[in-house]
Amino acid sequence: MLWRDLTLAWRRRGDIAMPVLYALIVTMLFPFALGPEDTLLQRIAGGIVLVTVLLAMLLTLDAMFSSDIEDGSLEQLVLSPQPLALLLGMKILAHWLTTALPLIVIAPLLAAMLHLPNAVIPVLLLALLLATPLLSLLGAVLVALTAGTRRSGMLLALMLLPLCMPAVIFAAGAVAAAQQGLPWLAPIAWLAAALVLAVVLAPLACAAALRIALDA
Amino acid sequence: MNFTGLHDFLAMGGYAAYVWPAYAVFLAVLIADSLAPTVRRRQVLRDLRAQLARQAARHARKGATIPGSAPHPSAPPPRSA
Amino acid sequence: MTHWIPLWLHRLSSPPTFYRFAGAVWPWAMGLALLTGIIGLYGALVLAPPDYQQSDAYRIIFIHVPSAWMSMFIYAVMGVASFVALVWRIKLAEVVAMQSAPIGAAFTFITLVTGSLWGKPMWGTWWTWDARLTSELVLLFLYLGVIGLYHAFEDRRQGARAAGFLAIIGIINVPIVHFSVNWWNTLHQGSTINVFGASKIAADMLWPLLVLTLATKLYYIASLCRRARTDLLALEGSKDWVRTLAAREAAP
Repeated sequence: MLWRDLTLAWRRRGDIAMPVLYALIVTMLFPFALGPEDTLLQRIAGGIVLVTVLLAMLLTLDAMFSSDIEDGSLEQLVLSPQPLALLLGMKILAHWLTTALPLIVIAPLLAAMLHLPNAVIPVLLLALLLATPLLSLLGAVLVALTAGTRRSGMLLALMLLPLCMPAVIFAAGAVAAAQQGLPWLAPIAWLAAALVLAVVLAPLACAAALRIALDA
Repeated sequence: MNFTGLHDFLAMGGYAAYVWPAYAVFLAVLIADSLAPTVRRRQVLRDLRAQLARQAARHARKGATIPGSAPHPSAPPPRSA
Repeated sequence: MTHWIPLWLHRLSSPPTFYRFAGAVWPWAMGLALLTGIIGLYGALVLAPPDYQQSDAYRIIFIHVPSAWMSMFIYAVMGVASFVALVWRIKLAEVVAMQSAPIGAAFTFITLVTGSLWGKPMWGTWWTWDARLTSELVLLFLYLGVIGLYHAFEDRRQGARAAGFLAIIGIINVPIVHFSVNWWNTLHQGSTINVFGASKIAADMLWPLLVLTLATKLYYIASLCRRARTDLLALEGSKDWVRTLAAREAAP
């Protein structure tokens, strides 16, 4: 399952570049919009990188199931003898690998463009490493609910953004704490705990949501 | 009495600009919420009646053109057995 | 599985029966809501003494707190009804869940706006991103998400199930809103009213608050009955009982 999705993504590897390019462009816009003054950019750099990554992930989240719905393979998946939650877990993992991982790889570049102090970048990466799968998992459940409905992209954004506010708050909190030299482990620990919970529950919830959305 | 008169009451200790809009929002939103079902009910019933009327019209038309159910004016009278 | 449900409850879940039942209930509920509302508002605005710290600005509490309680209470009702709807597929549960959402959203909106209007003179700011305000705002988005998701489906019953699922996922937010003032350092004040044990609020300020709490609950019942009745008409449009009703109400 995982291999299948990764192969499919590789065939459309131009698409993998899209969130990355989007993130780069948006990040570059901020110094233009706010002025290149270092102190200002430094203060908001962590937050900007996090929000930009989140929005970039939103772009590809909507398409997680769309191609499979169109060619009917999603229904086959639901009917298959293997546990649906496991299959969906693999699908979510594939989404994270193809969308979030490239973003995390360029995150140091984005941070540098906004003059985030070098010492803070590892904390930023750690926060992203924990927050992005959380987003993939939570997003997958919501995408499953809206699968096949019209205007699902807009609805998805409306539903997802408020629900991932806590993750953003903790991730940004960790980065801000690190930037001020304060202990940053606590918010990271919260993120990790939430991630563990999500890894266990989200595929199950996603499977239930998909069944609701596909069955009449 | 907590207030020395109507003017004092409306002034709300100087906080009138905050207290009265708050109460106004409370009442306005709930009034809007109580009107919504009335409006929708009227719409639903209107749509239903229109649908019923259409279906009745269709039935009447079908009843007149099903062969054998009602004789055409120019058709010959049915033969007796 | 259903043998333990009392017969009257089972009968009530039949649409025409509920339609009649709700039709009898709502005028009383609305009447009582108006009565208790007027009493409560009089107590809140006229009878209750001014606060020694906040003068008359604190009177916003009498609509802010009951609305906040309703925003959480209605969400809980919506969650339970959605659960029933998903597990047992009872039509009425779907209707109750989906028709509670706009009422809950209304109360959440009132909570946020009145809170903001109270915050400006008291804290000096219209808004702050502390735990309670943020989680209440998330609650509003959850309500809007449920309403939006419900209306995104062609098949209303499927939409109700999907939106109900979202409601159940979001229920984690309700305890967060409630306990946020205990768990985090918030600008919003802590709880002063306890169900068990003494409350930290003066008696002549407490009673209008409790009366308005009752009033808002009665209003919710009345509003839900009316919305549910109309929704049942729309849902059951092809059934005889609805058709006779529609025809009868057309006759002048």
